[in-house]
Amino acid sequence: MNDRPFILGGLLVFVVFVTAPIWHGVAARQVALAPLELKLPAQEKHCVAPVSYMRTSHMRLLDEWRTEVVRNQQRQYTAYDGKVYEMNLTRTCLSGCHGSQKEFCDRCHSYNGAAALNCWNCHSDAPLAARNAP
Amino acid sequence: MKVTRKQFLQLSGLSLIAVTARKLVRGAANSTATESPKTIRWGMAIDVQKCRRKEGCNGCIKACHSTHNVPQFGDQAREVKWTWKQPFEDVFPFAQTQYTREVFADAPVLLMCNHCDDPPCQDVCPVDATWRTDEGVVTIDWHRCIGCRYCMAACPYGSRSFNWQDPRPAIPTVNPDFPTRTRGVVEKCNFCEERLAKRLPPVCVEACEEKALIFGDLEQADSEIRKVLHARFAVQRKPELGAGPSVYYLI
Amino acid sequence: MLMFEKALTGSRRYWLWVTCLLLVALAGFLCYLRQLAHGLVITGLSRDVTWGLYIAQFTFFVGVAASAVTVVVPYYLHDCKQFARLTILGELLAVSAVTMSGLFIFVDLGQPARILNVVLHPQPQSVMFWDMIALSGYFLINTVIAMGTLHAGHEHASPPGWIKSLAIVSIPWAISIHTVTAFLYSGLPGRTYWLTAILAPRFLASAFSSGPALLILLCVAMRKLTAFDVGREAIHKLAVIVTYATAINIFFILTEVFTALYSEIPAHEENFEYLFIGLGGDYHLVPWMWFSFLLCLIALTLLLVPRWRSNVRLLVIACLCIFVSIWIDKGLGLIIGGLVPSPLGAITRYAPTLPEWTIVCGIWAIGALMTTAFYKITFSIWEEH
Repeated sequence: MNDRPFILGGLLVFVVFVTAPIWHGVAARQVALAPLELKLPAQEKHCVAPVSYMRTSHMRLLDEWRTEVVRNQQRQYTAYDGKVYEMNLTRTCLSGCHGSQKEFCDRCHSYNGAAALNCWNCHSDAPLAARNAP
Repeated sequence: MKVTRKQFLQLSGLSLIAVTARKLVRGAANSTATESPKTIRWGMAIDVQKCRRKEGCNGCIKACHSTHNVPQFGDQAREVKWTWKQPFEDVFPFAQTQYTREVFADAPVLLMCNHCDDPPCQDVCPVDATWRTDEGVVTIDWHRCIGCRYCMAACPYGSRSFNWQDPRPAIPTVNPDFPTRTRGVVEKCNFCEERLAKRLPPVCVEACEEKALIFGDLEQADSEIRKVLHARFAVQRKPELGAGPSVYYLI
Repeated sequence: MLMFEKALTGSRRYWLWVTCLLLVALAGFLCYLRQLAHGLVITGLSRDVTWGLYIAQFTFFVGVAASAVTVVVPYYLHDCKQFARLTILGELLAVSAVTMSGLFIFVDLGQPARILNVVLHPQPQSVMFWDMIALSGYFLINTVIAMGTLHAGHEHASPPGWIKSLAIVSIPWAISIHTVTAFLYSGLPGRTYWLTAILAPRFLASAFSSGPALLILLCVAMRKLTAFDVGREAIHKLAVIVTYATAINIFFILTEVFTALYSEIPAHEENFEYLFIGLGGDYHLVPWMWFSFLLCLIALTLLLVPRWRSNVRLLVIACLCIFVSIWIDKGLGLIIGGLVPSPLGAITRYAPTLPEWTIVCGIWAIGALMTTAFYKITFSIWEEH
């Protein structure tokens, strides 16, 4: 029984499969890559952590906040500049500074295809009315 | 430098022991840590007499469910409820005689998670998604829950509900101040832990117009709840099971 | 080493069987995708009856997996030479059964993507943690033993010595997996039907009754469909084991019924009442439970009389009866009986939905596929002799 066509066929399928991300990237590159503009909050001058840290590790910060609130019932966070924040995704991060998921989080996450956000299955995207509340 | 296999294994073994020892020392240091502040044990006393004064009253339930984004599925078999009322004879089936039944059978009794001192749900959870906090609140980590529903089987009081489907479409008005849950996780009354952190009473206690719900610190001898438990006889649900509930019923 | 290529050659009948199983597995998989999309709402489960068909199947098939010990003990500990061909079949069946149990747990989860949390955040106080350890270990032990035995058979050599050591380890391990599964239920304070010390012994007795019964059925099927014959002696010895286990199982059930009904304590009586008489207007499980009991009695009668037990046709009927009987009793009977009435006395009717049944059939098909492939490999190796 001549196995060669099966072997070559299988190899071809494998190569196509393993290089799929490249094809997918090529196909998705229709959008003109305009420079990313992030609207920064007007009220706050500093972030809860240095911007460089936030860029690389904001998920880790959020994870630590989550552990502190849910597991240790601690809700106060003292930032590097001494300011105290309430560890609350909707109230502090969105209402306090960054507006909404679409305005801020999605801008980067959709732009560069970073990890899909499933925070918003549960946490509320801050509505406009609550944004200016204390 | 040539490393023999024996040397490599010795080095790896020593490194492993060193790392483990460090972890153990750290762990021991953390556990025997700072002074422990005076313990708080939150509890609630429900005055059944006051509760049944107004027929069909459910302000507490509405307040709880709207504050915490509890979905209203309209399917009674799969409902999600944090607090609800059931007739006296369902809640205390063996506390009745033929004669008390005539008076009490239909009296509505408010039910919720009993926030036990030794919760069976905590014992059975395979991922530590539910536990009793230092202040006596049995809480759930909705990020960790795998939805196995073992805690629901373990709870002797039927206090827990499961999200059989996505709850968001079934929430009448989303309160942005409290997260919703996702489908596939268990939820229940949380004694308004987020309000207790600010030393505010639970919303059901605040919403009750008859002041039938007394909430407070069971460890404090002069708290309102301790005073009322001293003054009146209170019963609990299934105390013989040893779970140590924190909810008392003033009959 | 895995010799899977032996499972890839076969007659037309073999491939027809495999194709049917694959189609059923595919149907189950598609239904599961639907469950992933919509949630467990597509099942018949409810707030009061939170566990149902999936967990029932999990419990039952852990029992079938544990029953491998009924062939391992005679062969490895008591040098029962007649079990020479049978033991490997029992061990392979255990591998399929444990896999099925794991799959049933997986499809029952509300958040299956988080299943690794059980390993990442171990909770030694939870029986479910130990269940995971026990079942994973049992799967590994039996896979290694089976692979070693088959490999030795392929090389026309006798199995190496360490296989016997591992097989002896598998004996207490098999008892453990089913005891720990029983402990999942028998330590819960709010469920009177399950809160009984005899639950673990009952589980073991019913496992040693239904598991070997299935094995007998498979051996008779193998004898009819292939030239592989484990031997009359082996089947008859296994039948004796099924007989003893069935008798002990019925005895245990009757002791439970006595305690519940004689004490007349409502909390204990209620579950039996719901299952066998009906309660609160819900009678839908009553015919099933009595059917299960009837099958049990028929099986025991056929098994007790040596003339009937040695008649293969009657033995097959007896094995089918006891397998179905225990499947009902230890499956839905156990789970629903424990959850109804609810802690607040509610009677909630549970009936599995079509998607639920399809997923269950899909997992059965996967188990059957594994067993078919394993037995095909075994048969091919034997044929080479």
